[in-house]
Amino acid sequence: MAGAKTRASASQERSWNLSSLPNYVVLIILVIFALVPLYQLGINSFKSRAQIGLDPFGLPQEWLFSNFTEAWERGKYATTLPNSIILTAATIFFVLMFAGMAGFALARLRLRGADYISFYFLVGTAVPPQFYMVPLFILWRTLGMINTFHGLIIIYVAQFSPFSTYLLRSYMVSIPQEFVDAARIDGASNWQVFRKVIMPLSWPGFLTAGLVVGLGVWNEFLFAQTFLPRPEFKTIVTSLYAFQQRDGREWGLTNAGSVIMVTPVIILFLALQRRFIEGLTQGGLKA
Amino acid sequence: MTTVRAGTVSSPGRDRQPLRDLGRWAFVAPVMFLNLVVIVGPAFFGVYIAFTDWSGVGEMNFVGLENFRNLLQDQVFWKALRNNLVWTAIFLVVPVVLGLLGAYMLTGIKRGQMFMRVAFFVPYVLPSVVTTHIWRYLMHPRVGLGQWLSDSFGINFLDRAWLGSRDTALYGIAFMDNWHFWGFPLVLLLAAMSAVDVELYEVARLDGASRFQQFRHVTLPSIRPTLVFLLLMISIWSALVFDYIFLTTGGGPANASEVMGTHLYTTAFERFKTGYAATIGLVMVLWVALVVGGFVYLRKRGWEI
Repeated sequence: MAGAKTRASASQERSWNLSSLPNYVVLIILVIFALVPLYQLGINSFKSRAQIGLDPFGLPQEWLFSNFTEAWERGKYATTLPNSIILTAATIFFVLMFAGMAGFALARLRLRGADYISFYFLVGTAVPPQFYMVPLFILWRTLGMINTFHGLIIIYVAQFSPFSTYLLRSYMVSIPQEFVDAARIDGASNWQVFRKVIMPLSWPGFLTAGLVVGLGVWNEFLFAQTFLPRPEFKTIVTSLYAFQQRDGREWGLTNAGSVIMVTPVIILFLALQRRFIEGLTQGGLKA
Repeated sequence: MTTVRAGTVSSPGRDRQPLRDLGRWAFVAPVMFLNLVVIVGPAFFGVYIAFTDWSGVGEMNFVGLENFRNLLQDQVFWKALRNNLVWTAIFLVVPVVLGLLGAYMLTGIKRGQMFMRVAFFVPYVLPSVVTTHIWRYLMHPRVGLGQWLSDSFGINFLDRAWLGSRDTALYGIAFMDNWHFWGFPLVLLLAAMSAVDVELYEVARLDGASRFQQFRHVTLPSIRPTLVFLLLMISIWSALVFDYIFLTTGGGPANASEVMGTHLYTTAFERFKTGYAATIGLVMVLWVALVVGGFVYLRKRGWEI
């Protein structure tokens, strides 16, 4: 495929002409479809309840920044934001460490039985989460790990590791063997090769995997709702759900609460969109 | 010593020392162990409790196929299974067609391609709890889009309780999830389309092919592997849908939007019928196995997928 002229690159060479007008018409309709609901979310987060009822798509008569401070209080973000950050950061750390090691072994160590490991991961990712969740809940209850952060972190790490292993493996396979050989000649062990050679050279893979895992944990609902039910352990997602349930008609406040939690995600996505898209479309992980 | 180690790198297959092998397995052990504890182990346990009357605490009695017999008579389960099939049909068509359309249009333009690709993908990074919030407002019968169109322009047909009616609840929720999801097929298909050799289009144009014929006879065959992968994943994910239903209607009104995922959840965590919930879960496992098995079978039969 290398060197082949593609349709996209050919269109770069062509100057803008009338024949692409229908494309723009269709695309702009699709952009409106994608962005108007987001515009509504943002704009109504600054409005009073009365104005939202009368005029859902206009600009605010008065910009109510107080919606955000009130939503912060009612949504208990002072508790739930640290909770979500702890869960996300710890999951990213352990997934990258364990999946990095496993990816390294699959890419570089020529394990006998590597095919069985791949099959094992495949089966693990194909089991519907709802199916193993019920027995897992009972196991976790027996072990006293309901309403503990480490209990949910262990679950997330197990869920996100197989995907990350394959993503990292594909990066590590492409690292030239000479780098590894050079380290071996200096007497490096497997672990040292992994830490000193492979990890620094495959950092784009770690970044991509970290972003996808982080997004997945930050947005996760089902397991957070089930395994951390107590108010003091709720995440931004499950507490926003509780907030929506309590104050369903306060659209301005619940919109502000939603904006608080999606703003960091959208900023990070806009800054690193190529990596996000690459990671999310690889290996079929549903966000 | 160093030369020996260097040698093992180039031919590790010849190295049969069990201790060294163990050292290598240590690298995959954490991931495999966690998967065993969290997923594979509980899954096997789940298969077992599907044949019991367990409530999650206390005694566990083996009841053979009784849960399966109950499943056959469970009207809610059949409604849920039907809804999962409807959901699958919707998602195999709507987001894929939108994605194909958007991606094909994007390959034909120069300016704004990057901006639009990002705009289409933004909804995909939103959490389900926010997407459903946005659309519960827009679909609300007394505020929202329908009300606004009715007040401002006299367009009345959209102003109804989409999620409150048994006839429309499932479709309303599918619409929300589709808004969230369709950017995913779009960027996947766009990447596949961008890799198509442009000379194929030039040949087609010389033969007098219209834009639609070019799409039909050049684009579609070229992106078939991506398309098949997408349809496979959608067929699996559609069995697992949970968040969007749970967060909007909870399966209601009167089980009209119930799916297997929500039925399982309420069975396990509100009615505490752990054994029966596992039986519902087994149907989901069977669905995934059938989809994957069908895919593998067609592939073995020589389909180029």
